[in-house]
Amino acid sequence: MTIDPERRNRPALELYVPEPHARPGDEPDFSHIIIPAAGSVPRPDIAAQPGEMKDLAYTLVRVLDEGGQAVGPWDPRLHPDTLRRMLRDMMLVRVYDDRMYRAQRQGKTSFYMKSTGEEAIAVAAGHALEREDMTFPTYRQQGLLVARGYPLAQMMCQVYSNRGDKLKGRQLPVMYSDKAHGFFSISGNLATQFPQAVGWAMASAIKGDSRIAAAYIGDGSTAEGDFHAAVTFAGVYRAPVILNIVNNQWAISTFSGIAGGELTTFAARAIGYGIAGLRVDGNDALAVYAATRWAADRARSNLGPTLIELFTYRVEGHSTSDDPSAYRPKSAGSNWPLGDPVARLKQHLVVLGEWDDERHQQLSDELEAEVRAAQREAEKLGTLVTSSIEFPQDVRTMFEDVFEEMPWHLREQQTQMVDELEAKRK
Amino acid sequence: MTVMNMIQAINSAQNVMMERDGNVVALGEDVGYFGGVFRATEGLQRKYGKSRVFDTPISENGIVATAIGMAAYGLRPVAEIQFADYIYPGFDQLVSEAARMRYRTAGEWFLPLTIRSPYGGGIFGGQTHSQSPEALFAHVAGLKTVIPSNPYDAKGLLIAAIEDNDPVLFFEPKRIYNGPFDGFFDRPVTPWAKHPKAEVPEGHYTVPLGKAAVVREGEQITVIAYGTMVHVALATIEAQGIDAEVIDLRTILPVDIDTIEASVKKTGRCVVVHEATRTGGLGAELSALIQERCFYHLEAPVGRATGFDTPYPHSLEWAYFPGPIRLGTAIKKALED
Repeated sequence: MTIDPERRNRPALELYVPEPHARPGDEPDFSHIIIPAAGSVPRPDIAAQPGEMKDLAYTLVRVLDEGGQAVGPWDPRLHPDTLRRMLRDMMLVRVYDDRMYRAQRQGKTSFYMKSTGEEAIAVAAGHALEREDMTFPTYRQQGLLVARGYPLAQMMCQVYSNRGDKLKGRQLPVMYSDKAHGFFSISGNLATQFPQAVGWAMASAIKGDSRIAAAYIGDGSTAEGDFHAAVTFAGVYRAPVILNIVNNQWAISTFSGIAGGELTTFAARAIGYGIAGLRVDGNDALAVYAATRWAADRARSNLGPTLIELFTYRVEGHSTSDDPSAYRPKSAGSNWPLGDPVARLKQHLVVLGEWDDERHQQLSDELEAEVRAAQREAEKLGTLVTSSIEFPQDVRTMFEDVFEEMPWHLREQQTQMVDELEAKRK
Repeated sequence: MTVMNMIQAINSAQNVMMERDGNVVALGEDVGYFGGVFRATEGLQRKYGKSRVFDTPISENGIVATAIGMAAYGLRPVAEIQFADYIYPGFDQLVSEAARMRYRTAGEWFLPLTIRSPYGGGIFGGQTHSQSPEALFAHVAGLKTVIPSNPYDAKGLLIAAIEDNDPVLFFEPKRIYNGPFDGFFDRPVTPWAKHPKAEVPEGHYTVPLGKAAVVREGEQITVIAYGTMVHVALATIEAQGIDAEVIDLRTILPVDIDTIEASVKKTGRCVVVHEATRTGGLGAELSALIQERCFYHLEAPVGRATGFDTPYPHSLEWAYFPGPIRLGTAIKKALED
């Protein structure tokens, strides 16, 4: 024991800094993760009090077992057509991500973020929510747009910031926004959307509406004050909102222990605020669907918010600007004990006799073709321009939408910019 | 017309708007049952119900963020931040979110949101109840900042702010809530009842955002002021016997450059007065704008009379406050140069 040199009768204090279980060169080690059997977690009535379901914050709601059977009280008993649509959307997100990742590597855009391994989280929720419910996503829930049938070419135009980009090239790639598809504008300032979703849900309740909100946040950004504000307000006003924490174990290079994940579960945050909390296998599309539906039913019945920790793994890097082999074992993603969400849903459909390898391959080929066709369509409208002043948008639009009406100082600056560019072109 | 003080006018603006528009809601710390620590929402919960006028947790972050969500839904929230000094936990939501929502969504989402907050010193509030943070917000693209100086303007500007489709910061000079304090702290303050701008219509009217008022016409010098400082300016020039033109900005951003330019070109001299700290304050921006536009009309450098670049002290309040002595000195210098 070290001794405080100034106060010799006392031990010197030591700062504890959490470390992940494995670093580059180590074998991936997930032995600390406790995985209860699928079907073993009870499903409370939606009217149950949060205090009666505290255990659900420390376990893992799972429906699909190792053999691909849907088991237990959380089985949402979905029609095979719904299961196939969910599988299709998850596969589509993966193909889309791969194409856009490649497009970034080809220099067609500045930046991209994949959601590999997390496809079930957005897609299953997209199917479980009503079409008019408002979602407040992070940058890794592109599956919500896909599940709601948003045109792929439009998503790509946003990624390319090209002539077809409805956001006029103002936002970083993947920061989509579409009111008609209930997809709120994404912010690069993390966690801000969480309390905004609560405000939206409060407004829905103030107006006697029946639509609810669903918000997303990462494990890392639960450390922001916005998270505390969101859960406090959601609890106090019993806001009709689902507060999803996507625990994908990593915040860029920082493991979830730095956000407090070693001390307790993220779902257990709910207990301190007195709201319902669930911890769910995020790689199990049926569990995600069932939990979302349960929380949505509660919200719709004025029974208040639910905090859901979706336990998953970020298989790829944080973004195209990140190389995860610098801070974790290379094979970590493929060793994740809860498997791959696409493979698990496929296995389930096969076990049901509703799917086979041939159909899977056929669908996969179809989706490849669909994404390529969308990409051709989007690229007709250009890709990101980084070395020319032949911009995809009319440059004057830079000054629009700062305010509803352009004030004099922006009009003046707009003229100045146009003059600058004309001088350069001469 | 009814005689109102600033608080009554601000209360009346919210009342008028809640009556007219079911999407207007009011929220903030103590604003519900109690009606606000300054009574600006008194009676509104009783009249419009708890779901439209309610108390919030002590979380400026949460107040601003949930108000943004409500505005995104389609409501017109009026959120009170109890003191401007407390606004900083909501700063990220205002700067990174509220200010940019219309822009980043290319107009798909916009935020008809009003943030009301008492600001400024002169009430012995110490450093945590006296600050003037308006320049921080004027520096942000996408926010409008409004500061009234009398009951008539307060009501008309607040209604205009609530009806505006962009986020508006509405800072209320709390030192003049009950009377037009002129900086002569050793004299009794006259109540609003004796002031012509305390005659306030009971119904709906607006004072447009972005338009300054020339509150006194004059030839020798232009004094640009807002909030409490409008009254300090009027009293100072009266005491000095100077024929100054006094401009009440009313809106800090977008600032009414035409009124400023016309006045300074006429008088050839200008002093800007504000209670906020000097460095990087609004006076700096105004003086840059004036020299860019009126340089060849200027007879003297643009002067500044401001709060000092220190935190707002408690016991030394009257040494800090830019009252008639500091402003008078700045005016005298601008006239002699």
